Amino acid sequence: MKKEIDGATGTETTGHVWDGIRELNTPLPKWWLYTLYATIIWSIGFLTLYPAWPLLNSYTTGLLGYSQRATVTQQLKDAKAAQSNMWSLLEKTELEKVSANPELLRFVTASGAAIFGENCGPCHGRGAQGSKGYPNLNDDDWLWGGSIEEIQSSIQYGIRSSHEDTHESDMPKFGIDEMLDEKQISDVAEYVLSLSGKENDAAAASRGSATFKEQCVACHGEDGSGNQGLGAPNLKDAVWLYGSKKEDVVKSIHTGRGGKMPAWEGRLDPLTIKALAVYVHGLGGGQ
Amino acid sequence: MNVTTHKPSDFVVETHDVKAVNRKEDRGSYVSRQIIHPKRGRGFFRTVKWWLMAITLGIYYLIPWVRWERGPDLPNQAVLLDMTNMRFFMFGLEIWPQEFYFITGLLVLATLVLFLLTSLWGRVWCGYFCPQTVWTDLMIAVERFWQGDRNARLRLDKAPWSFDKIYKKSATHLTWLLIALATGGAFVFYFADAPTISYQLITGTASYEAYSFVALLTGTTYLLGGIAREQVCIYMCPWPRIQGAMVDHDTYLVSYRDYRGEPRGAHKKNESWEGRGDCVNCKACVVVCPMGIDIRDGAQLECIACALCIDACNDIMSKVGRPANLIAYDTIANQEAAAKGKTAMPKLLRPRTLVYLALIALVGGIMLYALNNRSMLEANVQADRNPYYVRLSNGDIRNGFTLKILNKLHEPRRFEVTVEGLTGATLKLAGANRSNNIVEVPTDVMNEFRAFVVVPKDVVPTMNENGHPFKFLVRDVETGRITRRLSTFRIPPK
Repeated sequence: MKKEIDGATGTETTGHVWDGIRELNTPLPKWWLYTLYATIIWSIGFLTLYPAWPLLNSYTTGLLGYSQRATVTQQLKDAKAAQSNMWSLLEKTELEKVSANPELLRFVTASGAAIFGENCGPCHGRGAQGSKGYPNLNDDDWLWGGSIEEIQSSIQYGIRSSHEDTHESDMPKFGIDEMLDEKQISDVAEYVLSLSGKENDAAAASRGSATFKEQCVACHGEDGSGNQGLGAPNLKDAVWLYGSKKEDVVKSIHTGRGGKMPAWEGRLDPLTIKALAVYVHGLGGGQ
Repeated sequence: MNVTTHKPSDFVVETHDVKAVNRKEDRGSYVSRQIIHPKRGRGFFRTVKWWLMAITLGIYYLIPWVRWERGPDLPNQAVLLDMTNMRFFMFGLEIWPQEFYFITGLLVLATLVLFLLTSLWGRVWCGYFCPQTVWTDLMIAVERFWQGDRNARLRLDKAPWSFDKIYKKSATHLTWLLIALATGGAFVFYFADAPTISYQLITGTASYEAYSFVALLTGTTYLLGGIAREQVCIYMCPWPRIQGAMVDHDTYLVSYRDYRGEPRGAHKKNESWEGRGDCVNCKACVVVCPMGIDIRDGAQLECIACALCIDACNDIMSKVGRPANLIAYDTIANQEAAAKGKTAMPKLLRPRTLVYLALIALVGGIMLYALNNRSMLEANVQADRNPYYVRLSNGDIRNGFTLKILNKLHEPRRFEVTVEGLTGATLKLAGANRSNNIVEVPTDVMNEFRAFVVVPKDVVPTMNENGHPFKFLVRDVETGRITRRLSTFRIPPK
């Protein structure tokens, strides 16, 4: 086809005519065209060096053998290697002395938070705040002891778990097993409420006091301050695992309680349990 | 009819048969670039430009080598943008990433100074200081060194390829590349210890990034300074479009005084100057122009105000025996007055310049104040949100906080942490000496501390249910300087 040149601009036209109007076939800017060519050449290199084409069962891996999964695996490995110093330091450090090393404590607190969230959070809550029946680990009220060793042993062996060294105790089901009648239970509940200075019926409480001395002091103590060796809660404090309303207390006496926690020995390695113990102890209530 | 022909010897000055290649009205959208071969200029402004080139290039190349003792474990380079450690050292100043607003302030200040200078004297930045101008000027000098002045270069470009042409052209480009390499090389010196990285660059042990940046800056210097030159100013740079907003009738611009020059025309020896202008139409101003324009067309976007045409014209004026400064720094107001035989008073202090001065003083003042009162301590308090509060066995309420203290001094410091605004509250800081809540933060480090604040149960009912505001006090044990941080104490719903 013969080139058609537009007189006014000296530029070639496309040759098409629409309603008498001709379109200029202005050439692409050189820099733009060369950039396009350069990208094409670049793409050839890219396609040969990097994974590019999908095949039926696999894909072209490219000459460099690059893979994102391998990169992530390597990064994880590197991260582990970078932490290995701290983990071996934790292994060597005695449990009570971990908090004396600020750097180690910071590391264990950070790792502990992650481990706690994954393993303990489902029951105790992400912030260890607990809920009804699941103890709040931030406070200073401990059923089985709040020293760092006691915390570690609770995690390791669990509470009423299947582990042979587990913490074991049973609160009788005073109502279900008909050890006490409804009125006695109600009276004991009034007495229990009076122990922590809560609102109570004084007459009922004094009746309940006698029953308490007969039935409860063995575990909860003469004055109701509990016994950590038996996991018997302190009834005089402000912390109530199953609620502080009268019906909650009545229910506890009627059905007994006996919250369970699995033993983590075997599920987590000893070093992880150690880190968890340090973390839980450091939540603020550790003794 | 008698046709008078003039011999060149009839004229005092050489006349160039040339058209300004970058005249707006002659420039088509699809016309290829016409290479400009600026003639060498001589005169006052050219001398000023040589000196300024030496000074600006000297600053650029030498600053990284200036040493500045800061103490052990700290870089001793006066100006260093330490990317790895995220620190910016500028002589006695050390800027942390979170203080980057100082750099922002500096840039705002530089912009305002640029506005002020532009409203006073037009594009002095473009003409004398802009790196594009300085390097282009240098590249043109190199070109002239190898290929000769304007006429020789024009001839060489038209000549067919020969050994001589190849030799001169490749020598030019090679020198440009060497200058570009030196430029790109010096750039990375600002980002690492200059002696170390220069040794690494030479021995091939520098990082991949260092070589990439050297290559990038070499490429752009060669391309922008050697090849693209005036195209950068005309097509790429936004400043020519912006600067018009700062210029007014009282701004000193490089101007052709048409009231004096017109009507222009060739002038023969001993011819009368009556009834004609001083411009002899020799186009000396056109051939020296690195932007390829004719200043006699008036103020135009392409003019970078390098003032080389002033030198060129003054040379001609002295030869033809007319007063100097037919082209000069002048204001539009003064030219309008002069056309009527009057003179306009220079007005340096105008509302516009006063506003710029006030803004400069304001921003500068704010920066000085901020710099003098900058804290060498960063403290942050985050209240626990899960749980908000913890009820202790005796009924007291405890809140947990994460306290972050960043020590920006290059010496370890001890801080005493206390709380203020909570009746009867006690503070326990994990990791601190329990009796006095003093923590140590090592040099140049941010440490995190768990802080537990306990409020007695008798006080709790008096507190705001929606959060009780109080303050953490972080006291530098040595200096006694106190930093306060506001936080909130939360209690159970009543």
